This record gives sequence, structure tokens and C-alpha cells, in this order.
Amino acid sequence: MNNELVEKIKANSDYQELVSKRTSFAIKMSIAMLVVYFTFILTIAFSPATLGTPISGDSVTTIGIPIGIAIIVFAFILTGIYTKRANGEFDALNNKIKQAIKED
Amino acid sequence: MQMNRIFLFLILGSIAAFAGGAIEGVVEKQSLNMSAIVMFVIFVGATLGITYWAAKRTKSAKDFYTAGGGITGFQNGMAIAGDYMSAASFLGITGLVYLKGYDGLIYSIGFLVGWPIILFLIAEPLRNLGKYTFADVAAYRLRQTPIRTLAASGSIATVILYLIAQMVGSGKLIQLLFGLEYEVAVILVGVLMMLYVTFGGMLATTWVQIIKAFLLLSGTTFMTIAVMTHYDFSFASLFSHATELKGIEIMSPGGLVSDPVSAISLAVALMFGTAGLPHILMRFFTVSDAKEARKSVFYATGFIGYFYILTFIMGFGAIVLVFQNPEYLDLAKQAINGGSPILGGNNMAAIHLSHAVGGDFFLGFISAVAFATILAVVSGLTLAGASAISHDLYASVFKKGNADSMAEMRVSKIATICLGLTAIILGIMFEKQNIAFVVGLAFAIAASANFPVLFLSMYWKKLTTRGAVIGGSLGLATAVLLVILGPIVWVDILGNAEAIFPYKYPALFSVTVSFASIWFFSITDKSHDAQKEIEAFEAQYIRSQTGIGAEGASEH
Repeated sequence: MNNELVEKIKANSDYQELVSKRTSFAIKMSIAMLVVYFTFILTIAFSPATLGTPISGDSVTTIGIPIGIAIIVFAFILTGIYTKRANGEFDALNNKIKQAIKED
Repeated sequence: MQMNRIFLFLILGSIAAFAGGAIEGVVEKQSLNMSAIVMFVIFVGATLGITYWAAKRTKSAKDFYTAGGGITGFQNGMAIAGDYMSAASFLGITGLVYLKGYDGLIYSIGFLVGWPIILFLIAEPLRNLGKYTFADVAAYRLRQTPIRTLAASGSIATVILYLIAQMVGSGKLIQLLFGLEYEVAVILVGVLMMLYVTFGGMLATTWVQIIKAFLLLSGTTFMTIAVMTHYDFSFASLFSHATELKGIEIMSPGGLVSDPVSAISLAVALMFGTAGLPHILMRFFTVSDAKEARKSVFYATGFIGYFYILTFIMGFGAIVLVFQNPEYLDLAKQAINGGSPILGGNNMAAIHLSHAVGGDFFLGFISAVAFATILAVVSGLTLAGASAISHDLYASVFKKGNADSMAEMRVSKIATICLGLTAIILGIMFEKQNIAFVVGLAFAIAASANFPVLFLSMYWKKLTTRGAVIGGSLGLATAVLLVILGPIVWVDILGNAEAIFPYKYPALFSVTVSFASIWFFSITDKSHDAQKEIEAFEAQYIRSQTGIGAEGASEH
């Protein structure tokens, strides 16, 4: 990639939009996953009894079980949301950038 | 104290489990299991057929390393999940749930949460910048020789440590399941793996992995449904029966992560380690573009998450159907230690469960699947190691990028055979050794040497060759040193009274050392080369974001 092309792409408004949107989206999604996971793991480290609370009065099932399963499902849903937006909106922007370069 | 020791062993056992070293200690050889052998022979026959088919389509180095780049996102997701769901992730996590209940779930979650992060931050730039190995990305704008040497060392170290765990685990597992001699089992795994990889390259390795992932997911789904039919699909009654047998503690966190430093350090090792495993990273080059790479992670996360939920239910299934079941009781051990030990140890819980729900035939099926799993995982590992040798060391460092594709492919085949022989020899050498530290170390190296260099090369403009080489090497050295000085090697293996480094997982410290020294030695690097490397970032960043100029699929 020569300097001229680099400058041209950098100046392309679609490119700027793509980079800023995707970067902020990827960071937000990563933070969401990290916050959920570290809250979980630090709850266990500092207060293990919390997740051992029964879901209802005489039940043996603890709230830790639905919470744990929910984290697994949450991780999967996050990848789904990201993939959908990136493969749709971001790739559309990306194609516009590629088209713009081809045209001249 | 004794409890702590047992726990430590368990935690490590399950780390090892993830890789394959699930069964520790001396195991007794079982009588020949015919249905398992017949099903395994069918699997081997089918996979050798695939290898023959793949060999005809593997003509260039690109085909060899990346299956021609034509794997779909769904197929690759299945293959990635297959790499992750090793025989003993299946046996080890089920065994951990069987023994400790909820703690097994905590463990699985740690292994899963790295995947979304890989998707958001790594998958796309990796696919857009790389060709065959992750070193392609790290060395994109930095000096080839030192960076490739560093990345290849990190890759080969990770692969060999992993292979040791796999080979030892597989030898013992096969001894137990099929009644074969340990050496015979190790040699059989080594030879089959060499055949798949040498002749079929990535195409065969990927399809072997996909078939195995399918068989493993089907088998475990069946087992889970079979368990749940005993309880009319009511989790409440499954759990309440399990707690009657094992006590109410199994429903709560039990001490897997007791202090915050260990908790965070383990989380860092699992997250960053996963994102630095060469055999996993390599899979992203088998798809045609970034779009398929994203889909791969989406499907992989789904399969892996589903699988972990199944292992949790199967662990409870084993509590109700295997625990205290006289059929699976190890009488000899019980006579010595009391309690209700099961044959082959806790990691055999899933295997006994398969017998409890499906009889001899299904036991045979699950045993064959476990064997297939080992084969598929060692094949992927070996291919990644061979690529580091042929693509990074031979073609880029030794031949300075002027190797022709055919010669490079020949070197990678020779490297595959050498790695296969190394794996067999190490597998036999380590039979009676305590290998509990091996996979923990592999993860620590992947997290401390491979990941920081890869990640910063993608995102940090001011990274220079000097920073990456010094920082990556220090990260690697710190990880190795802290594992040696830590409780597992220093106390349990070397027999010292007290560990010099008190934590089991060094990742928090070694990853910090790595990032900090990469930063320091990069910003203080005022050389002319460093200036050029910084200037080259813009063009690299544009390619990583847009894929303009990225490697495409080959024409087939």
C-alpha cells in the first residue's frame, strides 16, 4: 500500500466512520464481557456464599446456577450481536470504501 | 492443608484436562473393549479416507497451511470448537463437576469468556493481516528475523508443552479404555497424527476436527438427554437427588478461586492464553475473509458454550448414576482409602456415565469419540508447530523470505514428522512424571509471550522491534520462572517446603511484565528502524481494518 493510497483512505469519510464506529463498538462489547465476568469471579473470591443463595425458600438450586448459565449464554449473544452488526453495517461501509478506491 | 493440596491438584488436573492430561498416575489396563475398537477403526478408516481426498487437493503451501482458505465460517467454528473441546476437557470438566459440583461450572465459564474478546479485538485484524501464522501479523511492519524467531519460539514452546500433556493423557486414557499398552497407544496416536498432517495438511486436519466435534456433541447431547429422562427433565429433581448423595455444598462455589489475586491471574491466563494459542489462531487463516472469520467465532462460542452446559449436567448425571453405584466402584482403592472412589479416578466419570445410560455399546461409542478427540487435537497442534518451523523459521528467517512454496511445504512435512516423533518420545518419557504444570505453563507462555506481541502489533503504533523482542522474551522468561518457583513445581514436584512464588498462576504478573517492558523498550527506542516501523503503522492499520490487500482464498 503506497503513501498516496494511505492518505486517500485516511481522508475517506466512510473509512473514518467505519473505524470510529467499530472501535467504540468493539471496546464497549469487550467491556461488557469483562465487567460481567470479573463481577462473577470477584464475587466468588470475596463472597462465595452469595452465589450459594437458594433460588427460593426450600429449593436446593442456588442462584449461582442460573447466573453461571446466563454468563455462558450472554457470551454467545454478545458474539451474535457483534457478528450481525459487523457483517451487515460495517461490511457495507467497508465495501463503499473499496468501491471508492477502485473508481479512481 | 491436605485439602488445599488436593484442590490444587484438581485445579491443575482440570487445566491439564483441557488439554488432555486428565488422567494422572498409574492406571490399570482394562480388558479389550470390542465395540470401542470397532467404532474407532471405523473412525480411523473414514479419516484416512478424508486424508487421501485432502492429499489430492493439497498442492501448494497455501493449501497445506490454510486448506486453501476455503473453509466456511460454520465449518471453521466447528473446527475451532473441536480444538477447544479436547478429550479431557470433556472428561476433566465433567469429572470436576462430578467431584465438586458448581466449581466445574466456574471453570468452564473461565474458558469461554475469552472467545468474545477474541472476536471483538483479534479475529478480524488477524485475518486481514496474516497469511499462515500469527507471526505474519506480528512481523508485518517489524523486522522479520527477530520477531519471527520470538513468535516461533513462543509457538513451538506452547505446542510442545501441549503435546506432552496430550500424549501422556492419551496413552493413559487409551490404556484404560481399549486395553492397549501405554507405548502402543502413544505410538498409534503419533503415527496417525503424522499421516493426517503430512499428507492431508490443514484440509484433513480441519475435517477430522469437524467430524470429531460433531460426534462429541452428538454423544454428549444423547447422554444429557438420557440423564434428564430419569428426572422428567426437571433440573430441580436432578439437583435435589444429587445433593442427597453428595451434600448441599456441591451447589455453591467451593474454593476453586479463593483469593482475589489467584482469581484474576487465572482469568488473565485463560483469556489471554486462549488468544495466544498458535493452533487456534491459525484456524482464522482457513476462511476466505473477515466476514467468515467473525462467523467462525460466533459458531465456535455457541458450540463451546453448549458443550460446557452439557458437561455440567453430565457431571450431575454422574453423581446420581455413577457415584455409589457398585458397578463402578474401585474396591481396591476403597479398601485403602475408604469413601466411594470410581474406577480410573474422577476423570472417568463421563465414561462410566456413558455406560450407565447406554450400556456397552454406547460406552464403546464414547470411548472411540474420546480417542478421536485426542487424535484431532494433536493433529491441529502439530500442524501449528510445523508451520512455525517451516513458515517462520525456514522460509522467513533462514531463507529471508525467498523460499519457494514447494520447498517450504517439504520442510513443513519434515517438521511434522520430527514433531510427531518428538511427541512420541516425550509421551513415553513423561509417562510416570507429574505433568500437572505443563498446560498451565503452555497457557502462561501463550498469554505472556504470544498475546502481548500480537495484540500490540495490531493496535499500538509505537511498538518497535526492540520493544517486542525484549518484552516478549521477558514475558516468556517470567512465565517459566514463576511456574518453576510456584507451588506446583517448587513444592509438589521438587519437594521443597514452601513456594518462593506463592501463586499457582503466574499470568497476572508475567503478562504485566511483558506489556510493561514492551512499552518501555519501544518508547525509548530512538533508532532509525524504529522510526520507519512507526511510520509503517498507518498502512498496516488500514489493511487490518478494511482487509484491502488481504490474503484471499485460492482457486479450487
